[in-house]
Order: sequence, then C-alpha cells, then structure tokens
Amino acid sequence: MSRFLYELIGLGAGVMFILALKGLSHPRTARRGNLLGAAGATIATITVFFYSSDGQLPLNNLGWILGAIAFGLIIGVPAARRVQMTAMPQLVALFNGVGGGAAALVAIVEYLKLGQSASTTVVIATVFTVIVGSTSFSGSIVTFLKLQELMTTRPVVFAGGRFVIAGTLLATLGCAGWVVTSLGTTPLLVLAGLSLAFGILFVLPVGGADVPIVISLLNAFTGLTVAAGGYVLDSTLLIIAGTLVGASGTILTRLMAEAMGRSLFGTLFGAFTAKPQDSSGTGEDRPVKSGSADDVAILLNYARRVVIVPGFGLAVAQAQHTVRELADLLSAKGIDVAYGIHPVAGRMPGHMNVLLAEANVPYEQLSEMDEVNPTFPQTDVALIIGANDVVNPAAKTTPGCPIYGMPILDVSQAGNVIFLKRSMRPGFAGIENELLFDAKTTLLFGDAKASLTKVVSALKAL
Amino acid sequence: MEAMAIISIFTLSIFVGFEVVSKVSSTLHTPLMSGANAIHGVILVGAIIVADHSDNSLELGLSLAAIVLATINMVGGFVVTDRMLEMFKGKGAKNKGSGDK
Repeated sequence: MSRFLYELIGLGAGVMFILALKGLSHPRTARRGNLLGAAGATIATITVFFYSSDGQLPLNNLGWILGAIAFGLIIGVPAARRVQMTAMPQLVALFNGVGGGAAALVAIVEYLKLGQSASTTVVIATVFTVIVGSTSFSGSIVTFLKLQELMTTRPVVFAGGRFVIAGTLLATLGCAGWVVTSLGTTPLLVLAGLSLAFGILFVLPVGGADVPIVISLLNAFTGLTVAAGGYVLDSTLLIIAGTLVGASGTILTRLMAEAMGRSLFGTLFGAFTAKPQDSSGTGEDRPVKSGSADDVAILLNYARRVVIVPGFGLAVAQAQHTVRELADLLSAKGIDVAYGIHPVAGRMPGHMNVLLAEANVPYEQLSEMDEVNPTFPQTDVALIIGANDVVNPAAKTTPGCPIYGMPILDVSQAGNVIFLKRSMRPGFAGIENELLFDAKTTLLFGDAKASLTKVVSALKAL
Repeated sequence: MEAMAIISIFTLSIFVGFEVVSKVSSTLHTPLMSGANAIHGVILVGAIIVADHSDNSLELGLSLAAIVLATINMVGGFVVTDRMLEMFKGKGAKNKGSGDK
C-alpha cells in the first residue's frame, strides 16, 4: 500500500471519529455514532497491517502482534459485556487508564528506538506523552479503587500533602528537562516513575462525589497523550483522534462540572484549600423518626402526587423493577407519579437514566431536576430510595462542605419525605444529611428492594 | 511531516472537538465520555507500528504490553458504550411504537 493511500484511509477514519462524537451527542443517533467510531477504529487497525514505513510486509513480529491483540480481546470484551451496569463508571475509568498507559509505552519504545537521533521536538512530545500518559494511568487506577470502594471515597488529605504534590510536580518537570538534555534511558524511566506517583497524589485528595469529573478530565488527558504520540510516530490519524478526544473531553468535563454545580478548579484543588471538616458526629445520636412499611404505604395511599427520587442505593439493590411495580400500583390508584432524576444520580451524569431504562420505566415519567423542583410544594410525598447527597440541603446551607453549591432536588418542600435507606451511614460524599432529622421525614431502614417489596404488599392490602 | 501542517491539523481538530459536543444533555454525558474514551484506544495503531519497529526483546515486550492495553481500551470501550446505549434505544423504540399507533 502506498503512503498516500495509507494516509487517506487514516483521514477517513478520523472523519468517522468526528461523526461518531457528533452522533453520540444526540439520543437518537448515539448508538449509530458509537458503531461508526468502532468501524473507524477497526478500519484504521486493519490498514496498519498493510503498510510499513520500511516497506517490508508482512510486519515484523506479526505473530506476536496478533497474539497480543487476541489477548487484549480476551480480557476487554468479557469485562465490558459482563460488568454490572452499576459498576460501569469504574470500568470506563479503568479502560481510560490502560489507554493512557499504552500511549506512554508507545512513546517509551519509540524513544528507545530513536536514541540519539531523535529531534528535540520529538523528544519533547515523548516527554509529554510519558508524563501525561503515566499520570492518567495511575490516576485512573485510583479513581477505580475509589468507585469500587476498595479504598475510602473521602478526600485523602495528609499533613503537608500539598507540598508533597508540588514537590513531585517540580521533580517531574526537572526530570523532563534532564531527559531532553541528556537523551538517556534512565532519566526517561525515572520520569515515568515520578509521573505515576504524581497521578496517584493528584487524585487522592479528590472527594468521592467529584470522581466522575476527574475521570472525564483524565480521559481528555489521555486524548492529548495519543495526539502527542501521533506526532512522535508521524501519524496524522493519531493526531486527529487524540486531539478530538482531548478537546471534546475538556468541554465534557466542564459541562459535567456545571451539571454538578462544581468549579473545575474547586474540584481539583478544593482539597488543598478546604479546612478539615468538623465531622458532626453528634448527628449519630439525634433522634430520627423511623416507620414501618405499613406507615409508608398509608402515606403513599393518601397522596395525590408522589415524586420518587432514585439513587445509587436503588441500583445496588437491583430494585429498579420493584420500584416500577410500586409506581404502576400508585398510578392505578389515580396518584400522580413522577421520578425526579438528579443529573448525577448514581455515580455519573446520566447513569440513573441508563439504569431505569434497563427496567423499562416509561420515559415520560422521568423528570429532570429543573422540571421537578418547582413541583415539590404541590407534592405530598417525596420517596427517596437509596439517595442522599443529591437531596442534602447542606449543599445550600453549609458553605465549605464538600457538596456546597451542587444543585439539589428540593425534596424538603414536599409535604412528607420518606427515606428508604440501608442505615444512617452518610452518602458517597461522606456528609451528614440534616433532612433525616426533620419532623416530616420518615425513615424505613433496610435493603431498598426488600423494603419496596414490603411497601408494595402493604399497599395492595390497604 | 511539515511543522505547519501538524499545527494546522492540531488546531482545526481542537475546534472540531469543541464544536461537536458543545450542546449535549446530561443524560448522554456518560455514554459520550465512554465513546470518546474508546476512540483514544486507536493508540493501538501506534502500538502496532512500534511493535513492527522493535528489534530487541525489551522494545518488543513493551510494545506488546502497549498492544494489549490499547486493545482493551478500544474494544472494551466500544462494547461497554454500546451496552449503555442499547438501553436508550429500547426505550426510544418503545416510545416511538406507542406514539405511532
């Protein structure tokens, strides 16, 4: 294959990526867009087997290459197919991390290969790829551990942490200078190590609720890494694809931060500036009103309007189907039922919509926050299932708390508030919810699915 | 490649990237992020190129590791995005069906 044809096909794949992102931005074309992106990536991958810069075909190490691809398929496909939809955000984080790692490795190999013959701009691009790729890799692993709750979801802040981070960053940049001037192998490996450490330190202070924003940011980082890798390898396709993801990822990160009412700066550096929170441990001892399934059924039965606020707890308990049964039952009794969906209900923007769609909840019943908030004063019962942070009034009333400024669902305006919760344990952001102690709040403790089943049968018996 | 050509491609791609996602509802944030994530898995192409260039076991080992990681990123990313969107499609199709009749 001639260089021209090879580049032309690469350009075609680049265009397919643009159309893929465009398609993914609209609900009706989203699936087609994703398939188009997959087709572009497949075409680009196949093409590379038919062009070699040294003119020799088949490619050197062909068997090894095909074996490695097969191995990647064996790991990646089942992981993507079998993952529970509730665990999907951390899988995306992990996929992003390995992409960043791959880009860093590619740059390292090309650097080893070029040795002293590398031009300064190529070395600078290599250094950029290694720093950002490694940071994205280790940072994504930390976000994975946080979302999988294999480590604490609270911000990890230690004494002098900000100096350690600043020191690591300075050392990384210094090491980058060392690589550019010495062109040695050791400096590059030290650079990779420092960047890995920086990625970990960078993500540790981020609070659980902000993790999705960080994943999106690291995703944009990986895109830029791929673009820089494309410069090192002289591949137009990689430059186009990487830059596209870098740019769209940056916009997406900003949109996400806006949807959550966070400033990007605050998310990334909030942990440095925030004072240690006074953990209001006194809250644990205060009285709450807990009720039985029958109490909840009665409250619901005599309501005219009920708004259901689903949260991650509903997803974990796999209670989507039971909640739909309850909603159908209430509708049959002539009660007006709506779902109030917070933009970040679940773990990521749009995550809850995916989960409820899985349970065939009618689309018309799903109301976004801006639609449902003005209706709470006319709502008799707000039924909150496994959600906490997205209805926590602290977001409005307590400056300095980790979710301060996040738009919330104003459930406190409703006549009655019912929480279905597993325990008094605070939500993902790790803060106490004052609403739990309010006089009009009733709590029903237990697994969301078990509680809902009990409420449904109590309601049928009425 | 000529420096100016690369700078042009880079700059134009930034604007295209900004433009295509500037108006997207929060419902689609997660699938869009996941789809973009899969697209940067195309670094697989780069990993294959360096594996072709490799002529010692260190270089080959590192590039094969890069191929494995990039394949996971690319294929896994597209598959998981499709799974997310499949659910939207089911919902949309049903609405359309009831709306038409």
